[in-house]
Formats: sequence, C-alpha cells, structure tokens
Amino acid sequence: MSALHTKTLTELAGLLQSREVTAVQAVGACLDRIEATEPAVRALITVMAGEAMARAETLDAEGPDPSKPLWGVPVVLKDLLTTRGVRTTCGSKILKDFVPFYDATAVARLREAGAVLIGKANMDEFAMGSSTENSAYFRTANPWDAERVPGGSSGGSGASVAAGQCFAALGTDTGGSIRLPASFCGIVGVKPTYGRVSRYGLIAYGSSLDQIGPMTRSVEDAARVLQVIAGHDPRDSTSVNAPVPDYLAGLGRDSLDGVTIGLPREYWGGGIDPEVEAACRAAVARAEALGARTVPLSLSLTDYAIATYYIIAMAEASSNLSRFDGVRFGHRSQGAEELIDMYTASRTEGFGDEVQRRIIMGTYVLSSGYYDAYYNKAAKVRRLLRQDFDAALGQCDFIAGPVCPTTAFRVGAKADPIQMYLMDIFTISLNLAGLPGMSLPVGLGTDSGMPVGLQLMGRPFEEADMLSVAACLERNLDPMPLPAL
Amino acid sequence: MSRYETVIGLEVHAHLKTRTKIFCACSTTFGSEPNENVCAVCSGMPGVLPVLNAMVPEYAAKMGLATGCEVNLKSVFARKNYFYPDLPKGYQISQFELPICEHGSVAIEVDGQRKVIGLTRIHMEEDAGKNIHSAAENASFVDLNRAGVPLIEIVSEPDMRSAEEAVAYLKELRSILLYLGICDGNMEEGSFRCDANVSIRPVGQEALGTRAELKNLNSFKHVQKAIEYEVARQIDLIEDGEDVVQETRLYNADKGTTHSMRGKEEAHDYRYFPDPDLVPLVLDPAWVEQWRAELPELPAAKRTRFMADYGLADYDAVLLTAELAVADYFEAAAKAYSGQARKIANWVVGDLLPSLGETGIAAGDCLLTPARLAGLLTLVDDGTISVKIGKDSFRDLCASGDDPAEYVRARGLAQVSDTGELEAMVDRVISENPAEVEAYRGGKTKLMSFFMGQVMRLSKGQANPGVVTKLIQQKLS
Ligand SMILES: [Zn+2]
Repeated sequence: MSALHTKTLTELAGLLQSREVTAVQAVGACLDRIEATEPAVRALITVMAGEAMARAETLDAEGPDPSKPLWGVPVVLKDLLTTRGVRTTCGSKILKDFVPFYDATAVARLREAGAVLIGKANMDEFAMGSSTENSAYFRTANPWDAERVPGGSSGGSGASVAAGQCFAALGTDTGGSIRLPASFCGIVGVKPTYGRVSRYGLIAYGSSLDQIGPMTRSVEDAARVLQVIAGHDPRDSTSVNAPVPDYLAGLGRDSLDGVTIGLPREYWGGGIDPEVEAACRAAVARAEALGARTVPLSLSLTDYAIATYYIIAMAEASSNLSRFDGVRFGHRSQGAEELIDMYTASRTEGFGDEVQRRIIMGTYVLSSGYYDAYYNKAAKVRRLLRQDFDAALGQCDFIAGPVCPTTAFRVGAKADPIQMYLMDIFTISLNLAGLPGMSLPVGLGTDSGMPVGLQLMGRPFEEADMLSVAACLERNLDPMPLPAL
Repeated sequence: MSRYETVIGLEVHAHLKTRTKIFCACSTTFGSEPNENVCAVCSGMPGVLPVLNAMVPEYAAKMGLATGCEVNLKSVFARKNYFYPDLPKGYQISQFELPICEHGSVAIEVDGQRKVIGLTRIHMEEDAGKNIHSAAENASFVDLNRAGVPLIEIVSEPDMRSAEEAVAYLKELRSILLYLGICDGNMEEGSFRCDANVSIRPVGQEALGTRAELKNLNSFKHVQKAIEYEVARQIDLIEDGEDVVQETRLYNADKGTTHSMRGKEEAHDYRYFPDPDLVPLVLDPAWVEQWRAELPELPAAKRTRFMADYGLADYDAVLLTAELAVADYFEAAAKAYSGQARKIANWVVGDLLPSLGETGIAAGDCLLTPARLAGLLTLVDDGTISVKIGKDSFRDLCASGDDPAEYVRARGLAQVSDTGELEAMVDRVISENPAEVEAYRGGKTKLMSFFMGQVMRLSKGQANPGVVTKLIQQKLS
C-alpha cells in the first residue's frame, strides 16, 4: 500500500473497517512519515510511537468495529489537551515533566471511538501566539515552505496534518488558533460554537473563548472528528446540553441554492494582500455559480475586536495561569528561601516572555481602579459584538471572509507583538461572539505560492449547515495539492 | 458612660454539611489522613473544571430565606485571586458582585432589649486547604482535604454596639444554621468561624472610625474577650492622640490580647472577575418557593411559642431553643407529662443540659428519653419518690436508659408513706432526743427540721416528708 499518508481520514477509515489496511499499517505509515518529515517540519513535541503501536496491535487483535467511527485512525493532539500517562507541556518549560493522570474529555472520546493517539503537537506556549514561534521547545516549519511559519497557536497540529503525519489533529481556538494555522497550512480547520465541545482537560488560556476543534485534510474528515468530540459533558458547566446533529448527513449537497452568504465590508476592504483577496473572491464567485446569493453587510465593531479580545483573554489568562506556582506540579525553582521568592523564581524561569507579558497585562486590566475602564468595558463591547453578529446572521445564513490578511509569513517577520496580534483581526470576533467558524483551503496565493483559507462563520450550533456548504464548495474547487515535502 | 461608641460588623463563615465538596465529588469528612479526600479538580490540576454541587445553592438560599433575605434568582461566581500554597488554583471561587442572598436581618435580645441586626449578604464559596509547618523537617506541607469544602459567608451590617450584641448575633446565626440542618456549628473545628470588624467613634459622630479586623476567634468567649480588648486598645490609642491603623489583628487566646498580622497580610488586590468556568447560577422561582415552604420553625418563633404555650420564662425559652435537638426533647417531654411544662423546663435546664455538656451526648441520643423524664417527674409528683431521690437518680438514668419506675423499684427507692412504719421512727427519734423535745415544746418550733432530718436518716431518705411532718406535729402538740 503506497502513499497511505496522502489519503483522507474518510478514505482510511473505510480501508480499516474493510480490513484492507490494518491499524498497525496505518500507525506504521504515520510513524514512517513522522520520521521522514519531522526533521524539517518539527510539528511534534512528543511522539507516542511505542504506545501507539501497542494500541494498534490491540485493535487489530480485536478486529474492526463499525460502531467506532475512528477505529484505527492515527490522530495528533495539541499539547495542551491532557493525556493520561503522557506528558502534556502546553509548549512551556513550566510543564516540561508534567504527566497528567486524566484524559481530556475530547481525548477520551477519541479513544472510545477507536482512534490511535500518535503524538502531541507543538504550539505557542499556553496557546499565546499566532505563529508557533513562541514554543519553549522549538519552532515548527510550514510544510509548504520551511522558512515560513505554520500559523498558531495550533501550528504543530496544522503542520502535522498538512505533512501527512496523521489523519486528523485536534487544535484549540481562542482567537483563531485553529483557523489561522489551517489557512496557512492549506487544510480544513473547524472552530465549533462555544459550548459544543467539552473543555475538560483543555489547559485553559482564555476560558470564555477556548474551544477544541478538528484540523483535517477534508471537510468530511472534520465532520467525522467533530461528530465524535461534540456533545454535553457533565464535567464542563459551559458545555451545552443540546443534541448533536448528524454532521455527515448534509455533506452530499450539490448546489448552494437558497444559501445567502454575507460579505462584511470590514473583512473585504483595504489591508488584505491582493493574492489573498483574489483567491477568496474566486471561491465566493464559485459559491455564487453554485446558486448562493451574496449580500454586502457590515460588522461595524470589528475595529474594537482586537482590543476587546486581548483584554478579556489576558485577564482570564492571568488568573488561569496562577495555578502554575511550583507548589504541586510543574517547574519549581530551587534555592529560594522565602515563599514569595519561590513563586517569583519558578514563574520567571518557567514562563516565556509572551506568557509573562500577557499575565502582566491581564493582571493590570483586572486591578482595582482599572477594572471598569478595561475589563468591564471590554465585557460590554463583547455583548455588542455578539449583537452585531446576530443582526448580520439575520440577513444571511453564513458570513464569509479571509481568515487572515496575508498568507503564511516568514519566520521572524512579526517580531513586534502588536504586528503579531493584528494577524488575528478577522478571527477573534468569532470567539468573542461564541459562534462557529471554519477555514476552508481555496487555493494558493499567486505571489507567495502559499495556501489561502476562506473563513465561513455561522449561527450558533449550526455547524452541520456550515460543513455542508463547505463540502459543496470544496468539491467544486480545484483540489488542494499536498505540500511537496 | 463611655464617650465612645463601639461599632461591630461580623463576617461569619459556615461550612455547609454537604456530603461532597462544592465543585467535585470528594468527601467533606473531617479528620481524614492528609490529602485523602482530594482529586484533580480540588487540587487545581491543569485543565480541570469546577461543577457546582446542587445542594450548595439550596442550603445557601435556605439560610437567606431564614434570615429574611432576598434570594437573587441570578447569581454569579467570581474568582478572588491571590497566591498561597493552600489555595491550589491561585484563586478562590467565591461570589462578589451578585451574591445569592442580600438584604436580610436577624433579631437579637441583650438585657431584655430587642434589636435588629442588618444582614448585608450571604454568598457561596470554597474553603482553602491547610498549610502544615514542620520545624523538625524544616519544611512545609499542604493538606488539601478542606480545599473545596463548601462555605457560606454571612456578612452583617456594622450594626452591633457591644461585644454582648456580637455574641448574641453569632449565637442566633448558629442556632438558625443548626435548625436548618445545614451546618454543624462546631467553632473549634472551624466549621463555624467569624471575623469581627471593630471600630470606635465619639458618641454622636456619624462617620465610622478606622476599623481593625479580628481573626482567630474560635469560641463565643474568644469573640467577647477579643472585642473587649480591642475596644479598650483603640480607646487608649485615641486618648493618647494616636491613630487606629486599618489592619488585620490576630486574637491570642492565652494572653487575651490582639496583635497585628502586619507583614504577613499585605494590602491585597483580589482582582475579582466573573469565573468563566461557571455559568451564572439561575434559580427557578418554584424551587425557591419550595425551599421556603420546607423551612422549619426557626428559633425566634419557637421561643415565642414556648413562652406562650408552656408558660416558660424568657431565660428558659432561650436556653431550650438554642439547639433544635434540645427544643425537640423538651417539647416531647412536655407532651408526655401531665403536670406543668415549666417543671420539665426546670429539669431540662437544671439537670439535662449540664449532663449533656459533660458527656458530649446530643439531646436526641440521651438514653433518658423525653417520655422517661416525664415518667420520672410523675414519680416525684405522686409521692413515689422524693425530689432528692429523683435528682440523685438522674445521671444514672441518663447513662443506663432504665425505665424510672423500674429503676426505683429495683433499688427500693420508693418513699415510705406507711403511717405505722413512720410512726415507729418518729417515736424513736422523740425518745432519743428528750432535750430537743423539751425545747420544741417550749416554742423553738424551728427544731422541726432537726426531727425531720433524724427521721430521714433512719429511713435512708425514703420517708415521705409530708407524712412525717404531720406525725411529729401530732406527737409533740
Ligand atoms: Zn476533589
């Protein structure tokens, strides 16, 4: 069986169920691919070779199980999802040797569905970044061009899927951290509605924004993974107790008749690279040709989104990261005499610059005397932003725009944190509003030759419709090539 | 009359008697091995999330309803951020801007004066763990068994004007918690704790003086002593032209003094904000109404009723209603007894409560059941035993659980009322004490108690005193 790694998850799952491919073969192909590509890509912090092979052997001994949709499918996890017995670092030195004794709910659901976990993916430390350059371990290269970043913060997950190291990866999206690397790496990335997927076991960055989602090589693959991980979890009070629809049922639609797509002028105005705009416009034109109607509209608060997002995310992060204090787990500085010195030294040694910057800013915006001016005001703007989206989604079924104003940028190009924060301009509003969105690869930029992602945003809990539109468009666009690694 | 007025506000923390912790399924049992009742959630491991125990809002709302609070149908959990090793997450989940209950009050009575103390708010929160310092090992350890045990904090208005009022308010709160069955009220184990904000101001001044916050008050007596000491300290400072510093002060029970925690407790900015891991708590008005309907008769109402129905004095009514088990005991005994309930009250206050206090047994578990106490009193009333025999038998009956009539019969404690038997004893006393008989006949009638004592000695305390008195009077007149 040649080039197994070029297949989609959907194809592989079929081959596994029919025993044309064994779980050991699938895992073996991925481990081989990891060995071949990892020196250049560096997507994984931990490769679970032995454990994955043992699991594959057990699965093969039991035989395929049609009730397990991901039976034998090798999957990679962003390294902030806790894995029982497997080191979970969050891309940080402070958790260098941290081995959780509990699985994240999404991880447990993957296991129950028969998936084989094969690695933990690199990421910006504590998910703070847009390029995976902020990992405490190493930077990950974009499989399309090693001198460019894979996007972030789920850059290891995105690069691993694009490089064919696995058939799906889980990422997390706080302000675009699934959609941006999906766009930069030319794959599909879905950020579900806030509350659709349990956050239990997701080491939090911004708790009110974080959401786990699939990163795959096709829309159908994403739908299959989302089907497994979505649904209420009694261990997460913010997970919503609503039925999970069949995400595969609508994927066969061959026209977009009756679908209205809103094009916000704030997403299509100035500031977008021409190659990005051209690829996205061509995809929208294809949607129109398939029967969709497009309407111009406005998301007038977009200008306030970055400030609002960073205040809320940093405030939550400053509190979420307090538990990394060197007392019970993680890095503890040796030699401190006083308690306060132990705290200070452990956290200074354990956290990278960007994490420290965000903790300090988050602490500031929550401080007495500044709370109303920053946090409280941001919370109010956030409510208005959601109203803005609700109004827009009253005029259309989906909103479309670019994921990012540019394609993957060169390593080191965004040394100024503010420049880096601006990469999130089109993605963060969605997290503030709590709505579902995704990145669909729509071609390669004519200047850079790098992938371009079109972003679709939908109404809360209507992922099924969004996926069906994306699948229809995907089928009618030129097939996305694989990177020549 | 002092030139200064004392102003006291209290913050009371009450452990709720839930089986499991507030945000996880760990046991709340007291006294386990260190870190025995701990899981990923209450030890603050990365990635875990809190899930609210449904009993906690029910208990908190019931306390609010029992103290006339408004129960907020929407309340919000907030994070109180600070670093300490016994605080696993680096923040405590509490409530800040929207607590579950607000604007209540509690009536107290001191020296016959009734007074209403305003209750600002009641909110829910999690307890922290405990740091243990070992000098021998030159190390500190953290026990997280208590981390995540549910608490309610009950915050009063600064309405109290003396240590006595503060103690009366605390006793009333504790009593209500015990009636509701939501807290065991144990101050020594820390399941009912209080911090006192104490300040003074010149009589007639409206503005509040600078306050000190007193901690480490582990009994009602400590509360009383600490406030008295603190008031005197503040008066001395001001009289000497110095200022009271706003600070936290620890009470030292051995010395009866308070001292500053300066250095340890620096000015904290807790950076409260709504906890994004917990959705706002929304209560169905129907639940609140059901909880209101489930409220038991509360101490104040029971006191009033006991005074009206059983003719009790105020003092006895207070003592008999402080704990529900005692009130229930009294009422059951009073119902089983055909005589005046006041007599039952005397025995419960004078004999039962001291006995329970010594043995540590709860009123509900006492082997001298309410029906048996009523039986014992009936034996006294019908002359079967003397009051003295009754009182002497009390502790035995509490310990053994014997039926009083059976007990009296088995030990031959019944009173001798047989005139013939008693006449023989009276004759013997008269014949053996000619001098006293002479004096009595000469008008020294006080000697009657001497003759009585002699007869009692001969009868080993079992002579019926009424019959003996009559016989002596007959013989010597
Ligand atoms: Zn626990």
